[in-house]
Amino acid sequence: MDIVVCVKRVPFTQEVDLEIDRSKRFVATESLAHVINDWDSYAVEEAILLKEKLGGEVTAVTVGSEDDEEVLRRALAMGADRAVRIESGGMPMDGTVVAGILASVIRNIPCDLVLTGVQADDDNQAVVGVTLAELLGLSHAAVVRGIEVSGADIVARIELEGGVDEIRRLRLPALLTIQTGINEPRYVSVMGIRKASKKELKVIDVKELGLSQNDLVPPTEIEEIYLPADTGGAEMLKGDPSVVAEAVIDIMRRKGVAL
Amino acid sequence: MTGDILVFVEQRAGSVREVSYQLLSKANQICAELSVRLTAVFIGPKASFLSSDFYKKADRVLVLEDERFGDFNCEIARDVMVGIIKEQRPAMVLVGHTPWGMDLAPAIAAKTGLPLSTDCVDIKIEAGKVKAVRQLYGGKLFARVVFKDESKGCIFTVRPGSFSVEGYPDRMGEIVPIEAPKDLPEPSSRFVEYVDTGAGEVDITQAELLVSIGRGVGEKERIEEIQELARILGGVVSCSRPVVDKGWLPKYHQVGTSGKSVKPKVYLALGISGAFQHVAGIAGAGTVIAVNKDKKAPIFRVADYGVADDLFAFSDAIKKALKK
Repeated sequence: MDIVVCVKRVPFTQEVDLEIDRSKRFVATESLAHVINDWDSYAVEEAILLKEKLGGEVTAVTVGSEDDEEVLRRALAMGADRAVRIESGGMPMDGTVVAGILASVIRNIPCDLVLTGVQADDDNQAVVGVTLAELLGLSHAAVVRGIEVSGADIVARIELEGGVDEIRRLRLPALLTIQTGINEPRYVSVMGIRKASKKELKVIDVKELGLSQNDLVPPTEIEEIYLPADTGGAEMLKGDPSVVAEAVIDIMRRKGVAL
Repeated sequence: MTGDILVFVEQRAGSVREVSYQLLSKANQICAELSVRLTAVFIGPKASFLSSDFYKKADRVLVLEDERFGDFNCEIARDVMVGIIKEQRPAMVLVGHTPWGMDLAPAIAAKTGLPLSTDCVDIKIEAGKVKAVRQLYGGKLFARVVFKDESKGCIFTVRPGSFSVEGYPDRMGEIVPIEAPKDLPEPSSRFVEYVDTGAGEVDITQAELLVSIGRGVGEKERIEEIQELARILGGVVSCSRPVVDKGWLPKYHQVGTSGKSVKPKVYLALGISGAFQHVAGIAGAGTVIAVNKDKKAPIFRVADYGVADDLFAFSDAIKKALKK
Protein backbone atom coordinates (compact mmCIF):
# COMPACT_ATOMS: atom_id res chain seq x y z
CA MET A 1 0.00 0.00 0.00
CA ASP A 2 1.50 3.32 -1.08
CA ILE A 3 0.79 6.19 1.24
CA VAL A 4 1.26 9.96 1.09
CA VAL A 5 1.38 11.75 4.43
CA CYS A 6 1.14 15.54 4.70
CA VAL A 7 3.07 17.29 7.46
CA LYS A 8 3.47 20.83 8.77
CA ARG A 9 6.11 22.47 10.92
CA VAL A 10 4.59 24.63 13.66
CA PRO A 11 5.88 26.78 16.51
CA PHE A 12 6.04 25.09 19.89
CA THR A 13 3.87 27.23 22.14
CA GLN A 14 3.31 25.29 25.36
CA GLU A 15 4.02 27.58 28.31
CA VAL A 16 5.06 30.30 25.86
CA ASP A 17 3.69 33.84 25.85
CA LEU A 18 2.79 34.57 22.26
CA GLU A 19 3.48 38.00 20.87
CA ILE A 20 1.29 39.67 18.27
CA ASP A 21 3.23 41.78 15.77
CA ARG A 22 2.55 45.46 15.08
CA SER A 23 0.28 44.83 12.12
CA LYS A 24 -1.90 42.82 14.55
CA ARG A 25 -2.31 40.24 11.80
CA PHE A 26 0.58 37.94 12.55
CA VAL A 27 2.09 36.20 15.55
CA ALA A 28 5.80 36.72 16.13
CA THR A 29 7.05 33.14 15.93
CA GLU A 30 10.64 33.63 14.70
CA SER A 31 12.19 33.25 18.15
CA LEU A 32 10.17 30.15 19.06
CA ALA A 33 11.29 26.55 18.77
CA HIS A 34 9.52 24.66 15.97
CA VAL A 35 8.27 21.08 15.92
CA ILE A 36 6.22 18.76 13.74
CA ASN A 37 2.50 19.42 14.18
CA ASP A 38 1.33 17.01 16.88
CA TRP A 39 -1.48 15.49 14.77
CA ASP A 40 0.89 15.02 11.81
CA SER A 41 3.33 13.07 13.91
CA TYR A 42 0.56 10.52 14.58
CA ALA A 43 -0.30 10.51 10.86
CA VAL A 44 3.33 9.74 9.93
CA GLU A 45 3.50 6.95 12.51
CA GLU A 46 0.24 5.47 11.19
CA ALA A 47 1.59 5.54 7.63
CA ILE A 48 4.77 3.76 8.74
CA LEU A 49 2.81 1.16 10.72
CA LEU A 50 0.66 0.40 7.65
CA LYS A 51 3.76 0.15 5.48
CA GLU A 52 5.41 -2.23 7.94
CA LYS A 53 2.31 -4.39 7.92
CA LEU A 54 1.34 -4.28 4.26
CA GLY A 55 4.43 -3.18 2.36
CA GLY A 56 4.51 -0.27 -0.05
CA GLU A 57 6.11 3.13 0.16
CA VAL A 58 5.49 6.27 2.17
CA THR A 59 6.01 9.76 0.80
CA ALA A 60 5.98 12.72 3.19
CA VAL A 61 4.97 16.11 1.76
CA THR A 62 5.06 19.62 3.16
CA VAL A 63 4.47 23.13 1.85
CA GLY A 64 6.93 25.68 3.17
CA SER A 65 10.45 27.05 3.32
CA GLU A 66 13.81 25.34 3.69
CA ASP A 67 13.47 25.45 7.50
CA ASP A 68 10.38 23.27 7.18
CA GLU A 69 12.49 20.42 5.77
CA GLU A 70 13.22 19.62 9.40
CA VAL A 71 9.82 17.88 9.71
CA LEU A 72 10.36 15.98 6.45
CA ARG A 73 13.71 14.69 7.73
CA ARG A 74 11.94 13.62 10.87
CA ALA A 75 9.34 11.72 8.83
CA LEU A 76 12.16 10.10 6.82
CA ALA A 77 13.89 9.08 10.04
CA MET A 78 10.63 7.54 11.26
CA GLY A 79 10.56 5.39 8.15
CA ALA A 80 9.17 7.35 5.20
CA ASP A 81 10.88 6.45 1.91
CA ARG A 82 11.02 9.87 0.31
CA ALA A 83 9.95 13.44 0.89
CA VAL A 84 8.72 16.38 -1.14
CA ARG A 85 8.85 20.01 -0.11
CA ILE A 86 6.86 22.51 -2.08
CA GLU A 87 8.62 25.87 -1.84
CA SER A 88 5.92 28.43 -1.16
CA GLY A 89 8.10 31.53 -1.43
CA GLY A 90 6.67 32.86 1.81
CA MET A 91 3.34 33.89 0.33
CA PRO A 92 0.27 34.19 2.60
CA MET A 93 -1.75 30.97 2.62
CA ASP A 94 -4.82 29.55 4.28
CA GLY A 95 -5.98 25.94 4.41
CA THR A 96 -7.75 26.16 1.06
CA VAL A 97 -4.63 27.42 -0.74
CA VAL A 98 -2.42 24.80 0.93
CA ALA A 99 -4.84 22.04 -0.09
CA GLY A 100 -4.79 23.31 -3.70
CA ILE A 101 -0.99 23.29 -3.77
CA LEU A 102 -0.80 19.82 -2.21
CA ALA A 103 -3.40 18.46 -4.63
CA SER A 104 -1.45 19.60 -7.69
CA VAL A 105 1.59 17.64 -6.47
CA ILE A 106 -0.05 14.56 -4.89
CA ARG A 107 -2.11 14.07 -8.07
CA ASN A 108 1.12 12.88 -9.66
CA ILE A 109 2.17 10.54 -6.86
CA PRO A 110 0.50 7.13 -7.28
CA CYS A 111 -0.96 6.14 -3.92
CA ASP A 112 -3.78 4.22 -2.22
CA LEU A 113 -4.08 6.34 0.87
CA VAL A 114 -3.42 9.94 1.90
CA LEU A 115 -3.10 10.81 5.59
CA THR A 116 -3.09 14.25 7.22
CA GLY A 117 -3.45 15.40 10.80
CA VAL A 118 -6.94 16.47 11.91
CA GLN A 119 -5.72 20.04 12.23
CA ALA A 120 -2.60 22.11 12.91
CA ASP A 121 -1.48 23.31 16.33
CA ASP A 122 -1.14 26.91 15.15
CA ASP A 123 -4.24 27.90 13.18
CA ASN A 124 -6.52 25.04 14.32
CA GLN A 125 -8.46 25.12 11.04
CA ALA A 126 -9.01 21.47 10.15
CA VAL A 127 -9.46 22.41 6.49
CA VAL A 128 -6.53 21.01 4.50
CA GLY A 129 -7.25 17.28 4.76
CA VAL A 130 -10.85 17.08 3.56
CA THR A 131 -10.36 19.87 0.99
CA LEU A 132 -7.41 17.94 -0.44
CA ALA A 133 -9.53 14.77 -0.59
CA GLU A 134 -12.22 16.57 -2.54
CA LEU A 135 -9.72 18.08 -4.98
CA LEU A 136 -8.24 14.63 -5.58
CA GLY A 137 -11.67 12.99 -5.76
CA LEU A 138 -10.92 10.67 -2.83
CA SER A 139 -13.29 9.15 -0.33
CA HIS A 140 -12.64 10.75 3.08
CA ALA A 141 -13.21 10.63 6.82
CA ALA A 142 -12.19 13.16 9.49
CA VAL A 143 -11.02 12.61 13.07
CA VAL A 144 -9.91 9.01 12.68
CA ARG A 145 -8.49 7.11 15.66
CA GLY A 146 -8.23 3.64 14.22
CA ILE A 147 -7.53 2.11 10.79
CA GLU A 148 -7.86 -1.38 9.37
CA VAL A 149 -7.31 -2.26 5.75
CA SER A 150 -9.74 -4.84 4.42
CA GLY A 151 -9.33 -5.79 0.76
CA ALA A 152 -10.15 -2.84 -1.47
CA ASP A 153 -11.62 -0.98 1.51
CA ILE A 154 -10.35 0.74 4.58
CA VAL A 155 -12.28 0.59 7.83
CA ALA A 156 -11.92 3.81 9.85
CA ARG A 157 -12.81 4.32 13.49
CA ILE A 158 -14.02 7.91 13.70
CA GLU A 159 -14.02 9.66 17.06
CA LEU A 160 -17.42 11.26 17.62
CA GLU A 161 -18.48 13.16 20.74
CA GLY A 162 -19.30 11.69 24.13
CA GLY A 163 -17.10 8.60 24.03
CA VAL A 164 -18.79 7.16 20.93
CA ASP A 165 -16.90 6.06 17.82
CA GLU A 166 -18.34 5.55 14.34
CA ILE A 167 -17.03 2.67 12.29
CA ARG A 168 -17.05 3.62 8.59
CA ARG A 169 -16.00 1.59 5.59
CA LEU A 170 -14.40 3.59 2.76
CA ARG A 171 -13.35 2.49 -0.68
CA LEU A 172 -9.68 3.04 -1.52
CA PRO A 173 -8.09 5.32 -2.54
CA ALA A 174 -9.09 7.42 0.43
CA LEU A 175 -7.92 10.27 2.63
CA LEU A 176 -8.17 10.14 6.42
CA THR A 177 -7.46 12.95 8.87
CA ILE A 178 -5.73 11.42 11.87
CA GLN A 179 -6.56 12.14 15.49
CA THR A 180 -3.94 12.15 18.24
CA GLY A 181 -3.71 8.98 20.32
CA ILE A 182 -4.24 6.60 17.38
CA ASN A 183 -0.75 5.17 18.01
CA GLU A 184 2.48 5.99 19.82
CA PRO A 185 4.75 7.95 17.47
CA ARG A 186 8.19 6.38 17.60
CA TYR A 187 11.19 8.10 19.09
CA VAL A 188 13.55 9.66 16.60
CA SER A 189 17.21 10.16 17.53
CA VAL A 190 19.53 12.81 16.15
CA MET A 191 21.53 9.94 14.68
CA GLY A 192 18.40 8.61 12.99
CA ILE A 193 17.71 11.98 11.42
CA ARG A 194 21.32 12.19 10.20
CA LYS A 195 21.10 8.74 8.65
CA ALA A 196 17.82 9.61 6.94
CA SER A 197 19.47 12.57 5.21
CA LYS A 198 20.59 10.08 2.54
CA LYS A 199 16.98 9.54 1.50
CA GLU A 200 15.46 11.49 -1.37
CA LEU A 201 14.10 14.95 -0.56
CA LYS A 202 12.74 16.65 -3.63
CA VAL A 203 12.00 20.38 -3.78
CA ILE A 204 9.33 21.70 -6.12
CA ASP A 205 8.73 25.42 -6.55
CA VAL A 206 5.09 26.39 -6.29
CA LYS A 207 5.59 28.49 -9.45
CA GLU A 208 6.25 25.31 -11.44
CA LEU A 209 2.84 23.86 -10.61
CA GLY A 210 0.87 25.90 -13.10
CA LEU A 211 -1.63 27.07 -10.51
CA SER A 212 -3.66 30.15 -11.38
CA GLN A 213 -3.55 33.36 -9.40
CA ASN A 214 -7.04 32.49 -8.23
CA ASP A 215 -5.78 29.23 -6.69
CA LEU A 216 -3.10 31.07 -4.76
CA VAL A 217 -5.10 33.90 -3.21
CA PRO A 218 -6.45 32.84 0.19
CA PRO A 219 -10.26 33.11 0.35
CA THR A 220 -9.96 33.98 4.05
CA GLU A 221 -7.83 36.63 5.67
CA ILE A 222 -7.09 37.49 9.27
CA GLU A 223 -8.20 41.04 9.96
CA GLU A 224 -6.91 41.19 13.50
CA ILE A 225 -5.34 38.91 16.12
CA TYR A 226 -5.95 39.77 19.75
CA LEU A 227 -5.57 38.39 23.25
CA PRO A 228 -8.57 36.92 25.05
CA ALA A 229 -10.38 39.44 27.26
CA ASP A 230 -8.90 39.43 30.74
CA THR A 231 -12.21 39.24 32.54
CA GLY A 232 -13.43 36.98 35.29
CA GLY A 233 -11.18 34.03 35.79
CA ALA A 234 -9.90 32.24 38.84
CA GLU A 235 -9.25 33.75 42.23
CA MET A 236 -5.53 33.02 42.54
CA LEU A 237 -4.42 31.46 45.82
CA LYS A 238 -0.98 32.75 46.72
CA GLY A 239 1.61 32.09 49.36
CA ASP A 240 3.67 29.26 50.77
CA PRO A 241 2.59 25.79 49.49
CA SER A 242 1.43 24.82 53.00
CA VAL A 243 -0.76 27.94 53.23
CA VAL A 244 -2.20 27.26 49.77
CA ALA A 245 -2.84 23.62 50.70
CA GLU A 246 -4.78 24.64 53.82
CA ALA A 247 -6.83 27.10 51.74
CA VAL A 248 -7.65 24.44 49.13
CA ILE A 249 -8.61 21.87 51.78
CA ASP A 250 -10.85 24.47 53.35
CA ILE A 251 -12.53 25.22 49.99
CA MET A 252 -13.10 21.51 49.31
CA ARG A 253 -14.72 21.04 52.74
CA ARG A 254 -16.94 24.08 52.25
CA LYS A 255 -18.06 22.72 48.89
CA GLY A 256 -19.23 19.50 50.49
CA VAL A 257 -16.31 17.12 50.00
CA ALA A 258 -15.85 14.92 53.05
CA LEU A 259 -12.17 14.92 54.07
CA MET B 1 -27.16 40.22 1.97
CA THR B 2 -30.48 38.85 0.88
CA GLY B 3 -30.09 35.08 0.74
CA ASP B 4 -31.24 32.73 3.50
CA ILE B 5 -29.17 31.57 6.42
CA LEU B 6 -28.89 27.83 5.88
CA VAL B 7 -28.33 25.51 8.85
CA PHE B 8 -27.28 21.87 8.50
CA VAL B 9 -29.04 19.87 11.20
CA GLU B 10 -27.04 16.98 12.58
CA GLN B 11 -28.84 13.89 13.85
CA ARG B 12 -27.35 10.74 15.28
CA ALA B 13 -29.29 7.54 15.79
CA GLY B 14 -32.54 9.43 15.48
CA SER B 15 -31.94 12.39 17.74
CA VAL B 16 -31.06 15.93 16.73
CA ARG B 17 -27.70 16.94 18.19
CA GLU B 18 -27.53 19.78 20.71
CA VAL B 19 -25.11 21.71 18.47
CA SER B 20 -27.86 22.04 15.85
CA TYR B 21 -30.04 23.99 18.28
CA GLN B 22 -27.07 26.23 19.02
CA LEU B 23 -26.62 26.89 15.28
CA LEU B 24 -30.32 27.66 14.95
CA SER B 25 -30.04 30.08 17.87
CA LYS B 26 -27.18 31.99 16.23
CA ALA B 27 -28.86 31.82 12.82
CA ASN B 28 -31.99 33.22 14.39
CA GLN B 29 -30.08 36.27 15.59
CA ILE B 30 -28.39 36.81 12.20
CA CYS B 31 -31.72 36.45 10.41
CA ALA B 32 -33.29 39.07 12.67
CA GLU B 33 -30.38 41.41 12.02
CA LEU B 34 -30.47 41.00 8.24
CA SER B 35 -34.21 40.42 7.85
CA VAL B 36 -33.66 37.20 5.94
CA ARG B 37 -35.14 33.73 6.16
CA LEU B 38 -33.82 30.88 8.30
CA THR B 39 -33.75 27.59 6.42
CA ALA B 40 -32.70 24.33 8.04
CA VAL B 41 -31.74 21.16 6.19
CA PHE B 42 -32.55 17.77 7.68
CA ILE B 43 -31.51 14.44 6.21
CA GLY B 44 -32.77 11.27 7.84
CA PRO B 45 -35.66 8.96 8.51
CA LYS B 46 -39.08 10.44 9.22
CA ALA B 47 -39.30 9.02 12.72
CA SER B 48 -36.31 10.95 13.98
CA PHE B 49 -37.69 14.13 12.48
CA LEU B 50 -41.08 13.77 14.11
CA SER B 51 -39.64 13.13 17.55
CA SER B 52 -37.97 16.52 17.62
CA ASP B 53 -39.23 20.10 17.72
CA PHE B 54 -36.23 21.78 16.10
CA TYR B 55 -38.27 22.64 13.00
CA LYS B 56 -40.10 25.33 15.00
CA LYS B 57 -36.81 27.19 15.26
CA ALA B 58 -36.53 27.68 11.49
CA ASP B 59 -38.76 29.48 8.99
CA ARG B 60 -38.69 26.35 6.91
CA VAL B 61 -37.01 23.00 7.02
CA LEU B 62 -35.97 21.21 3.88
CA VAL B 63 -36.48 17.56 4.77
CA LEU B 64 -34.94 14.72 2.87
CA GLU B 65 -36.73 11.74 4.38
CA ASP B 66 -34.93 8.66 3.37
CA GLU B 67 -34.38 5.49 5.31
CA ARG B 68 -31.18 4.95 3.34
CA PHE B 69 -29.73 8.10 4.87
CA GLY B 70 -30.57 7.39 8.49
CA ASP B 71 -26.91 7.43 9.41
CA PHE B 72 -24.66 10.27 8.41
CA ASN B 73 -23.06 9.82 5.03
CA CYS B 74 -20.74 12.66 4.17
CA GLU B 75 -21.00 12.29 0.41
CA ILE B 76 -24.81 12.24 0.43
CA ALA B 77 -24.95 15.22 2.80
CA ARG B 78 -22.41 17.09 0.66
CA ASP B 79 -24.29 16.49 -2.58
CA VAL B 80 -27.64 17.44 -1.05
CA MET B 81 -26.18 20.63 0.47
CA VAL B 82 -24.37 21.56 -2.75
CA GLY B 83 -27.62 21.13 -4.70
CA ILE B 84 -29.53 23.36 -2.30
CA ILE B 85 -26.78 26.00 -2.26
CA LYS B 86 -26.57 26.15 -6.05
CA GLU B 87 -30.31 26.48 -6.39
CA GLN B 88 -31.08 28.81 -3.51
CA ARG B 89 -27.91 30.83 -3.06
CA PRO B 90 -27.99 31.30 0.72
CA ALA B 91 -26.03 34.19 2.25
CA MET B 92 -24.45 31.91 4.84
CA VAL B 93 -24.24 28.21 5.58
CA LEU B 94 -23.79 27.08 9.19
CA VAL B 95 -22.46 23.62 10.10
CA GLY B 96 -21.40 22.38 13.55
CA HIS B 97 -17.66 22.05 14.16
CA THR B 98 -18.12 18.41 15.06
CA PRO B 99 -16.32 15.36 13.64
CA TRP B 100 -19.05 15.10 10.99
CA GLY B 101 -19.14 18.85 10.37
CA MET B 102 -15.36 18.84 9.94
CA ASP B 103 -15.85 16.18 7.27
CA LEU B 104 -18.79 17.89 5.58
CA ALA B 105 -18.08 21.63 5.54
CA PRO B 106 -14.73 21.60 3.67
CA ALA B 107 -16.31 19.17 1.18
CA ILE B 108 -19.17 21.61 0.51
CA ALA B 109 -16.69 24.48 0.25
CA ALA B 110 -14.51 22.57 -2.22
CA LYS B 111 -17.49 21.64 -4.39
CA THR B 112 -19.15 25.10 -4.40
CA GLY B 113 -16.03 27.26 -4.27
CA LEU B 114 -17.52 29.22 -1.38
CA PRO B 115 -15.12 30.54 1.28
CA LEU B 116 -15.03 28.67 4.61
CA SER B 117 -14.12 29.72 8.12
CA THR B 118 -13.94 26.88 10.63
CA ASP B 119 -14.34 26.43 14.38
CA CYS B 120 -15.92 29.86 14.79
CA VAL B 121 -16.94 31.01 18.26
CA ASP B 122 -18.85 33.99 16.90
CA ILE B 123 -20.11 35.43 13.62
CA LYS B 124 -20.58 39.17 13.30
CA ILE B 125 -21.81 41.54 10.65
CA GLU B 126 -20.04 44.89 10.79
CA ALA B 127 -20.88 47.55 8.22
CA GLY B 128 -22.28 44.92 5.88
CA LYS B 129 -19.14 42.76 6.11
CA VAL B 130 -19.25 39.26 7.60
CA LYS B 131 -16.61 38.55 10.22
CA ALA B 132 -15.83 35.28 11.95
CA VAL B 133 -14.26 35.11 15.39
CA ARG B 134 -12.10 32.07 15.99
CA GLN B 135 -9.21 30.95 18.15
CA LEU B 136 -5.58 30.27 17.30
CA TYR B 137 -2.94 28.24 19.13
CA GLY B 138 -5.44 26.25 21.14
CA GLY B 139 -7.19 29.31 22.55
CA LYS B 140 -4.16 31.40 23.46
CA LEU B 141 -5.19 34.00 20.88
CA PHE B 142 -8.32 35.12 19.07
CA ALA B 143 -8.57 36.15 15.43
CA ARG B 144 -11.19 38.06 13.47
CA VAL B 145 -11.39 36.54 10.01
CA VAL B 146 -12.84 38.16 6.89
CA PHE B 147 -13.54 36.71 3.46
CA LYS B 148 -11.97 37.99 0.27
CA ASP B 149 -15.32 37.65 -1.46
CA GLU B 150 -18.53 36.64 0.28
CA SER B 151 -20.88 37.95 -2.41
CA LYS B 152 -21.82 34.41 -3.46
CA GLY B 153 -22.20 33.22 0.12
CA CYS B 154 -19.90 31.82 2.79
CA ILE B 155 -19.66 28.76 5.03
CA PHE B 156 -18.92 28.48 8.74
CA THR B 157 -18.36 25.65 11.10
CA VAL B 158 -19.37 26.73 14.59
CA ARG B 159 -17.77 25.41 17.75
CA PRO B 160 -20.24 23.50 19.93
CA GLY B 161 -21.17 25.39 23.09
CA SER B 162 -20.60 28.83 21.57
CA PHE B 163 -24.25 29.89 21.57
CA SER B 164 -26.97 29.54 24.16
CA VAL B 165 -30.13 27.74 23.21
CA GLU B 166 -32.18 29.66 25.76
CA GLY B 167 -34.70 32.35 24.92
CA TYR B 168 -34.88 32.53 21.16
CA PRO B 169 -38.22 32.67 19.50
CA ASP B 170 -39.96 30.09 17.39
CA ARG B 171 -40.27 30.79 13.67
CA MET B 172 -42.68 29.64 10.97
CA GLY B 173 -41.62 26.00 11.06
CA GLU B 174 -42.77 25.22 7.52
CA ILE B 175 -41.79 21.72 6.46
CA VAL B 176 -40.73 21.33 2.84
CA PRO B 177 -40.02 17.78 1.65
CA ILE B 178 -37.19 17.57 -0.84
CA GLU B 179 -35.96 14.81 -3.13
CA ALA B 180 -32.52 13.31 -3.24
CA PRO B 181 -30.57 14.57 -6.26
CA LYS B 182 -31.39 12.23 -9.16
CA ASP B 183 -27.83 11.64 -10.29
CA LEU B 184 -26.65 10.76 -6.78
CA PRO B 185 -23.75 8.35 -7.25
CA GLU B 186 -23.29 5.30 -5.07
CA PRO B 187 -21.29 6.65 -2.10
CA SER B 188 -17.72 5.41 -1.76
CA SER B 189 -18.12 5.12 1.99
CA ARG B 190 -20.75 3.70 4.27
CA PHE B 191 -21.69 3.66 7.94
CA VAL B 192 -21.04 0.37 9.73
CA GLU B 193 -21.83 0.89 13.42
CA TYR B 194 -21.41 2.96 16.56
CA VAL B 195 -19.09 1.75 19.31
CA ASP B 196 -19.29 3.01 22.88
CA THR B 197 -15.78 3.49 24.24
CA GLY B 198 -16.94 4.79 27.59
CA ALA B 199 -17.31 1.76 29.82
CA GLY B 200 -14.55 1.08 32.33
CA GLU B 201 -13.64 0.14 35.87
CA VAL B 202 -14.41 3.56 37.33
CA ASP B 203 -17.28 5.87 36.54
CA ILE B 204 -15.96 9.42 36.63
CA THR B 205 -19.42 10.84 35.97
CA GLN B 206 -20.62 9.83 39.45
CA ALA B 207 -17.66 11.11 41.50
CA GLU B 208 -18.09 13.95 43.99
CA LEU B 209 -14.40 14.83 43.83
CA LEU B 210 -12.33 14.40 40.70
CA VAL B 211 -8.57 14.68 40.86
CA SER B 212 -7.83 15.28 37.22
CA ILE B 213 -4.47 15.27 35.53
CA GLY B 214 -3.24 16.70 32.24
CA ARG B 215 -0.10 16.84 30.17
CA GLY B 216 1.62 18.65 33.06
CA VAL B 217 1.99 15.37 34.95
CA GLY B 218 4.93 14.84 32.59
CA GLU B 219 5.46 11.09 32.78
CA LYS B 220 3.48 7.95 33.38
CA GLU B 221 5.56 6.92 36.39
CA ARG B 222 4.42 9.94 38.38
CA ILE B 223 0.69 9.30 37.99
CA GLU B 224 0.94 7.05 41.03
CA GLU B 225 1.62 10.09 43.22
CA ILE B 226 -1.66 11.60 42.06
CA GLN B 227 -3.52 8.32 42.52
CA GLU B 228 -2.26 8.38 46.10
CA LEU B 229 -3.47 11.97 46.48
CA ALA B 230 -6.90 10.95 45.16
CA ARG B 231 -7.02 8.05 47.65
CA ILE B 232 -6.19 10.34 50.56
CA LEU B 233 -8.84 12.84 49.44
CA GLY B 234 -11.43 10.14 48.73
CA GLY B 235 -11.66 11.25 45.10
CA VAL B 236 -11.50 9.57 41.71
CA VAL B 237 -8.74 10.14 39.15
CA SER B 238 -9.75 11.56 35.78
CA CYS B 239 -7.68 13.18 33.05
CA SER B 240 -7.53 15.29 29.91
CA ARG B 241 -6.93 14.05 26.39
CA PRO B 242 -3.09 14.04 26.21
CA VAL B 243 -2.90 11.59 29.13
CA VAL B 244 -5.07 9.10 27.21
CA ASP B 245 -3.28 9.80 23.91
CA LYS B 246 0.01 8.87 25.53
CA GLY B 247 -1.51 5.67 26.87
CA TRP B 248 -0.96 6.69 30.51
CA LEU B 249 -4.60 6.10 31.52
CA PRO B 250 -7.48 4.26 29.79
CA LYS B 251 -10.02 6.31 27.83
CA TYR B 252 -12.79 5.90 30.41
CA HIS B 253 -10.89 8.37 32.61
CA GLN B 254 -11.09 11.10 29.97
CA VAL B 255 -13.09 14.29 30.58
CA GLY B 256 -14.15 16.41 27.59
CA THR B 257 -16.11 16.44 24.33
CA SER B 258 -14.68 13.16 23.08
CA GLY B 259 -14.65 11.72 26.61
CA LYS B 260 -17.21 12.28 29.35
CA SER B 261 -19.04 15.25 30.82
CA VAL B 262 -18.66 15.30 34.60
CA LYS B 263 -20.42 17.03 37.49
CA PRO B 264 -18.37 16.62 40.68
CA LYS B 265 -18.76 19.00 43.62
CA VAL B 266 -15.09 19.82 43.25
CA TYR B 267 -12.91 19.38 40.18
CA LEU B 268 -9.21 19.57 40.92
CA ALA B 269 -7.41 20.21 37.61
CA LEU B 270 -3.71 19.41 37.92
CA GLY B 271 -1.44 20.35 35.04
CA ILE B 272 -4.37 20.74 32.64
CA SER B 273 -3.98 23.63 30.21
CA GLY B 274 -7.72 23.99 29.55
CA ALA B 275 -8.36 23.28 25.87
CA PHE B 276 -12.00 24.05 25.01
CA GLN B 277 -12.73 20.37 24.37
CA HIS B 278 -11.76 19.68 27.97
CA VAL B 279 -13.51 22.70 29.47
CA ALA B 280 -16.74 21.68 27.72
CA GLY B 281 -16.71 18.51 29.80
CA ILE B 282 -16.57 20.30 33.18
CA ALA B 283 -19.41 22.76 32.65
CA GLY B 284 -21.42 20.85 35.23
CA ALA B 285 -18.71 20.88 37.91
CA GLY B 286 -19.53 22.74 41.14
CA THR B 287 -16.16 24.29 41.92
CA VAL B 288 -13.06 24.11 39.74
CA ILE B 289 -9.64 24.46 41.36
CA ALA B 290 -6.80 24.59 38.83
CA VAL B 291 -3.11 24.06 39.50
CA ASN B 292 -0.71 24.89 36.69
CA LYS B 293 2.85 26.17 36.41
CA ASP B 294 1.83 28.36 33.48
CA LYS B 295 0.14 31.47 34.95
CA LYS B 296 -1.47 32.13 31.56
CA ALA B 297 -2.94 28.66 31.07
CA PRO B 298 -6.49 29.01 29.67
CA ILE B 299 -7.80 26.81 32.51
CA PHE B 300 -7.43 29.81 34.85
CA ARG B 301 -10.00 31.67 32.75
CA VAL B 302 -12.68 29.14 33.68
CA ALA B 303 -11.56 27.93 37.12
CA ASP B 304 -13.00 29.33 40.36
CA TYR B 305 -9.67 29.11 42.16
CA GLY B 306 -6.17 28.95 40.77
CA VAL B 307 -2.77 27.95 42.05
CA ALA B 308 0.23 28.89 39.89
CA ASP B 309 2.59 26.16 41.04
CA ASP B 310 4.10 22.80 40.20
CA LEU B 311 1.36 20.18 40.58
CA PHE B 312 3.59 17.76 42.50
CA ALA B 313 4.65 20.46 44.97
CA PHE B 314 0.96 21.21 45.42
CA SER B 315 0.10 17.52 45.79
CA ASP B 316 2.84 17.01 48.42
CA ALA B 317 1.64 20.05 50.37
CA ILE B 318 -1.94 18.73 50.45
CA LYS B 319 -0.77 15.28 51.58
CA LYS B 320 1.34 16.83 54.31
CA ALA B 321 -1.48 19.10 55.50
CA LEU B 322 -3.90 16.19 55.77
CA LYS B 323 -1.44 14.07 57.72
CA LYS B 324 -1.34 16.65 60.49
